[in-house]
Amino acid sequence: MKISYFPGCTLNTTAKGFDNSLRASAQVLGVELAELPEWNCCGATFPLLADNVLDLAGPARVLIAAREAGERLAVACTTCYNVLRRTNLALSTHEDKREKLNFFIEAEYPGDLQVLDVLQVLRDEVGFDRIAQMVKRPLTGLKAAAYYGCMVLRPAAEVAYDDPENPRALDDLLVALGAETVDYPHKNECCGAYLAVKSPETTAGMTYTILSSAQKNGARLMVTNCPLCQFNLDKQQVEMGRRHAGYRPIPVFYFAQLLGVALGLETDDFGWEKHYIDPRTVLEAFAGG
Amino acid sequence: MRVRLSAEILRNELVRKIEEISGEDLLKCYQCGKCAAGCPAAFAMDMLPSQVIRFAQLGLVEEVLDSETPWFCAACQTCYARCPKGVDLSRIMEAIREIVLQEKGDYIDLSTLSPDDLAEFPQQAFIAGFRKYTA
Repeated sequence: MKISYFPGCTLNTTAKGFDNSLRASAQVLGVELAELPEWNCCGATFPLLADNVLDLAGPARVLIAAREAGERLAVACTTCYNVLRRTNLALSTHEDKREKLNFFIEAEYPGDLQVLDVLQVLRDEVGFDRIAQMVKRPLTGLKAAAYYGCMVLRPAAEVAYDDPENPRALDDLLVALGAETVDYPHKNECCGAYLAVKSPETTAGMTYTILSSAQKNGARLMVTNCPLCQFNLDKQQVEMGRRHAGYRPIPVFYFAQLLGVALGLETDDFGWEKHYIDPRTVLEAFAGG
Repeated sequence: MRVRLSAEILRNELVRKIEEISGEDLLKCYQCGKCAAGCPAAFAMDMLPSQVIRFAQLGLVEEVLDSETPWFCAACQTCYARCPKGVDLSRIMEAIREIVLQEKGDYIDLSTLSPDDLAEFPQQAFIAGFRKYTA
């Protein structure tokens, strides 16, 4: 199966390991992720003003290019997924916005692209059952906390492909890979997102709530689908022990990294060195046990 | 706090401006407080999210514009998910930021970011942050 692919800016830099592990895993699973030949930034946040037409021009341009390449677009970065999906919905449902945007960027796009998150593609088109059959190195014994963040869940009517209050997609994938997942109440709570630019202390507080909740419920690693959640959860732990005596950091993986590991792929370019809390210690312990 | 109310104060120009920019009806809110209870950033705010709406409902917009609360909203939309009246508070926060940015210019000074942060932060944090915090 071939599907157009939009990685997003962050997957070309700090989250390169997410991109590499995703592409390699998809290939083994028979999914060809065909990167759009020319794409631009989605805007990194959906514009919440009532009159947001001009702010939608950037993401609309991506949607138009993707529609020319096919009927569906798989998006890796969850923020990009959120912005592109909501923009597409605004275009398909608001005649006024659609007309203004098409006039502005000289297009005739009706908003008929299907914008999908890559995890959704793995679940609905490849199937977790099939993925389970292809596992070469089951993640037996790994106790993971699946962390979904905000972008694939809210606003639910516009973006959710899972239960927004009790999402399962990441958990189900990890179970298919042989891992065990823990239940904890903060899997859909915000990590602070871009607040890190203005107030790292706030991000520290928000990530501690999530991480300590996961650990209290037995998690030894976090698994996420969002490059900004990964960064916030990972980096904030470096100094977490100073504020919270006895805090023990745990690594924060992208789901695609663990997918690649379980499929038995070569993991040298999975970006381990970019992590603040080295994930390889967990993997080594698991390999030895 | 003693509050004097009148028709002019309740529906003053800034109140109408917040409603126009956000597209939200402030009077839909009946102050149940679910937004404040669920907000993961509330601990850092100087005014609860529900109080921001309450002050705006009463026409006391200056207090809201001076508050730090809108700048701590990460637009995670947990409040919107839980609001029994369907108020998208993150849009109201965006409108308040917009009014302040238009009046006073940038909220954060980009030149104060350290080279280390510039090298480490994911692009999406910067781009989203700049769009929320700069005019």
